[in-house]
Amino acid sequence: MGLGAETRRRIAERAAKEITEGMIVNLGIGIPTLVADYLKPELGVMLHTENGILGMGPSPAEGTEDGHLSNAGGYPVTLIPGASYFDSATAFGIIRKGYLDMTILGALEVSEEGDIANWIVPGKRVPGMGGAIDLAQKAKKVVVLMNHTNKDGGSKIVHRCSLPLTVQKGANLIITEMAVFEVNDNDLILIEIMHPYSLEEIKEATEATFKVSRTLTINS
Amino acid sequence: MNPNIPSKVVNIEDLASHFKDGMTLMCGGFGGVGAPPSLINFILDLGIKDIELISNDVGFPWIGPGKLITEKRARRIIVSHIGSNPEAGKQMHDGELDVAFYPQGTLAEKIRAGGMGLGGILVDVGLGTLVEKGKQKVMVSDHEYMIEPALTADVSIVYAKEADVYGNLTYDKSARNTNPHVATAGNITIVEAERIVEAGELDPECIVTPGAFVDYVVPSKGVDWQWVWELKRADGSPNVPQKK
Repeated sequence: MGLGAETRRRIAERAAKEITEGMIVNLGIGIPTLVADYLKPELGVMLHTENGILGMGPSPAEGTEDGHLSNAGGYPVTLIPGASYFDSATAFGIIRKGYLDMTILGALEVSEEGDIANWIVPGKRVPGMGGAIDLAQKAKKVVVLMNHTNKDGGSKIVHRCSLPLTVQKGANLIITEMAVFEVNDNDLILIEIMHPYSLEEIKEATEATFKVSRTLTINS
Repeated sequence: MNPNIPSKVVNIEDLASHFKDGMTLMCGGFGGVGAPPSLINFILDLGIKDIELISNDVGFPWIGPGKLITEKRARRIIVSHIGSNPEAGKQMHDGELDVAFYPQGTLAEKIRAGGMGLGGILVDVGLGTLVEKGKQKVMVSDHEYMIEPALTADVSIVYAKEADVYGNLTYDKSARNTNPHVATAGNITIVEAERIVEAGELDPECIVTPGAFVDYVVPSKGVDWQWVWELKRADGSPNVPQKK
């Protein structure tokens, strides 16, 4: 909560760099949705939605929306050439069979081993998992975009998740407003620092144990 | 047109006897997109209650099957999420609504399996999470799966773009979603169609659901709710239920 629009855009812009030519990608709700704005059409990326579209395009111009052409969040979208419609079983067959190259999603907690918790706060917020477990367990690469800390200032990158899991050891990359981490063979590795934060500030805001990459870069 | 094909097209009022208190109802749609508005209103008007509702989700409080929740007509729901319908969350929290959650792809397959006459599916999505709690498991080719029983319903309600009089169906863009599965899994399947045509008018190559699965077809009176993006565009104020 509480990240400004510009910070959210920076996280989304950084995430977009992970997407390469010809990928099939699913974008979750929230910051992940913004990633679409940074994808160059010449990459030929096919955006997948749980409600049955492969080849989702940008939002339509106001006044041209179609109530029956929407993303998984219920908001109107368009198609790119080469798009297709299909039923829900097929939408999840694409995921389960392993055709989804990347899923970009939000999280409540991520552990240093890559466990993700993002669908339930028992007794408080119980929205249900939707497609999150299918996506997080079956996408080839899982990229988590989130605030570095929760609204009380506590680290969201933790030793072990306290909330029920979406996936064990599922996250491959974590991007926050402060830093970018890789999860590699159970090691959490800081690979980028987001300007204007310092390594000290990141250490202070991060509960999880992490290594610092030899090729650490500053993302200005 | 083939005059020898019996028509399944009826008036919605003729279908009242199929809806009963305590029934299991399966509803097509995803976030309310592709949910059948006229059939949902009909169930509300009939006063049907204590429904066990199987649906991908429960839409928004004033959209799609969300209306059944808002009017407290459901005692139990089998869904993948309820995040867009705070009323469902409140009723669950207050102990008024029993909620069973499944991963979205698993739920779709459970419904599909029910419609295809299968006993269930083997799936590994959710192993290592709360999902596996209480689930029967089986090893197949050295891989662990959960056994997920198939789902069927007393009545399935479906939204189609086009139906011919035999009940052959086409769908509308992303309003297709769970509808083809739901259409197959009802003991009685009732389709609300935007457009109804004679047998022979739909291209057989384009028919998604063959009429064998369909019992009745009724004409749709159209979507009578405002989509969430229409509300936001209007004045940017919080989303509130809109009366028709």
